[in-house]
Amino acid sequence: MRATALRNGPSPVPARIDSIVEVRGISKTYGNVEALRGIDLDFPRGKLTSLLGPSGCGKTTLLKIIAGLIKADGGTVAINGKRVSAPGPERAFVFQDFALMPWATVLRNVAFGLELRGTSRAEREEIARRYIAEVGLAGFEDKYPHELSGGMRQRVGLARALSVDADVLLLDEPFSAVDEQNRRKFQEDLIRLRTNRNKTFIFVTHSIEEAVYISDRIVLLSPRPGRVSRIIEPEIDRSGDPERIHRDRHYLDTVDEIWQGLKQYVE
Amino acid sequence: MTLFGYRIPMMASLLVWCVMWEIVGRLNLVFLLPPFSEVLAAAVDLVQTPSWQKATVTTLRAFAMGMALSIVIGVPLGILMGRIKIADDLLGMWVNIFSSAPLSAIVPVLMILFGFGEKTIVAAVFLFAIWIIVLDTRAGVRHISPSLIEMARSYGASRPALYTKIILWAALPEILAGIRLGLIRGVKGVVIGQLLVAIVGYGALFETFSRNFRMAEFWALTIILFAFALVIAELIERAEAKVEYYAGARQ
Repeated sequence: MRATALRNGPSPVPARIDSIVEVRGISKTYGNVEALRGIDLDFPRGKLTSLLGPSGCGKTTLLKIIAGLIKADGGTVAINGKRVSAPGPERAFVFQDFALMPWATVLRNVAFGLELRGTSRAEREEIARRYIAEVGLAGFEDKYPHELSGGMRQRVGLARALSVDADVLLLDEPFSAVDEQNRRKFQEDLIRLRTNRNKTFIFVTHSIEEAVYISDRIVLLSPRPGRVSRIIEPEIDRSGDPERIHRDRHYLDTVDEIWQGLKQYVE
Repeated sequence: MTLFGYRIPMMASLLVWCVMWEIVGRLNLVFLLPPFSEVLAAAVDLVQTPSWQKATVTTLRAFAMGMALSIVIGVPLGILMGRIKIADDLLGMWVNIFSSAPLSAIVPVLMILFGFGEKTIVAAVFLFAIWIIVLDTRAGVRHISPSLIEMARSYGASRPALYTKIILWAALPEILAGIRLGLIRGVKGVVIGQLLVAIVGYGALFETFSRNFRMAEFWALTIILFAFALVIAELIERAEAKVEYYAGARQ
């Protein structure tokens, strides 16, 4: 419609970055609580962007609006330049509580996205097996979710999101229900995954360390109403051993800097 | 149960009651209560009579039809009420009233509507069984974790797929529990229906036995009926055990 017509014409602002997800003027109100107000954001392709903020800043709401799971009251979301308002195959979601089907095996859970798309059984199971191996769960294909630990369950959730081959992966506090050791391992895996595949990650977290550790870009949201307060791009070299990052000067400085900014919201 | 350190199986207590029955029966205290051994002998004779076999077929058929109807209608109705608020507001009150109302009082009305025959019995079974199935199904659907629904939507589930691949399965433990309770109520429905109509199946037999004071046969028939109700409840419970592991595993 009009928005697309404008886009075809000369762009008023030259595009500096190749953004895959564009959020414009998103607002959302629950009852009389203003969860989000006028959010404008670009998510660069192939990068991991974190939405970070104290509870009540609307970060999960924003992620679910991008996913098409929640309708915004105003504003638009565009993926690859196309406006979206419902879930679509170019996005895949990883849930905080894993959202696995307890009556289905790991294999069927991972293949479920493809099953819904009507991929043949043989093909989808072959693809699922590949991703199950990739997240380190080979040999667990025929287990049920209740037989797995929290960390393993979230690996199933991640494999399911990877197997539909979406461009954008939306992760809603994926490690918050996972124990500390597993979380560290998971974060390292995510860094590796992001380097190996040309995927865009949007990652919601309330952990400053986690955000700085894994993100190319951190969007700080402030609460009541939720708005973008700052965007930080930590310049951390992640090419080497992920273990090293925790001792990196820049990493520590960025964590501290964000903490100073967020302190005011903590009573 | 343990007694003096020995484990005693559950069936043992049943045996104790049978022995007590036998003793009371032999003492000839109450003429309504013949000795248990006599009842058993009557049961063996009874199952060989064509009138019992015919009555059993009639009763089972009416029961099966009534149950099938209440499951086929009750489960979708419960899902509808669990998912759609307007349906819940409209129907919730009535389902609750019917599930706790003394339904035996309505059976005579069914007789007027459906006549003195099988239809009334089927309607009675349906009326007794359906409400608990609706209520339990609704509770099961309400229980489903919202993120499971979001998961299905985010991976592009169509509406039919959402219901057949997620909602039905996620609510299955409660649906089965509802069906089990519905079966037990349905047995009540079939007996009460037949007793009131009095010329069909077990109702006719009960009527004949009690009118002619054939107490041994009367009790034999009662025991057969109880055993039937227990056996089908047990069968459903087995099916429930198979899905129980995930009733607890749901977030």
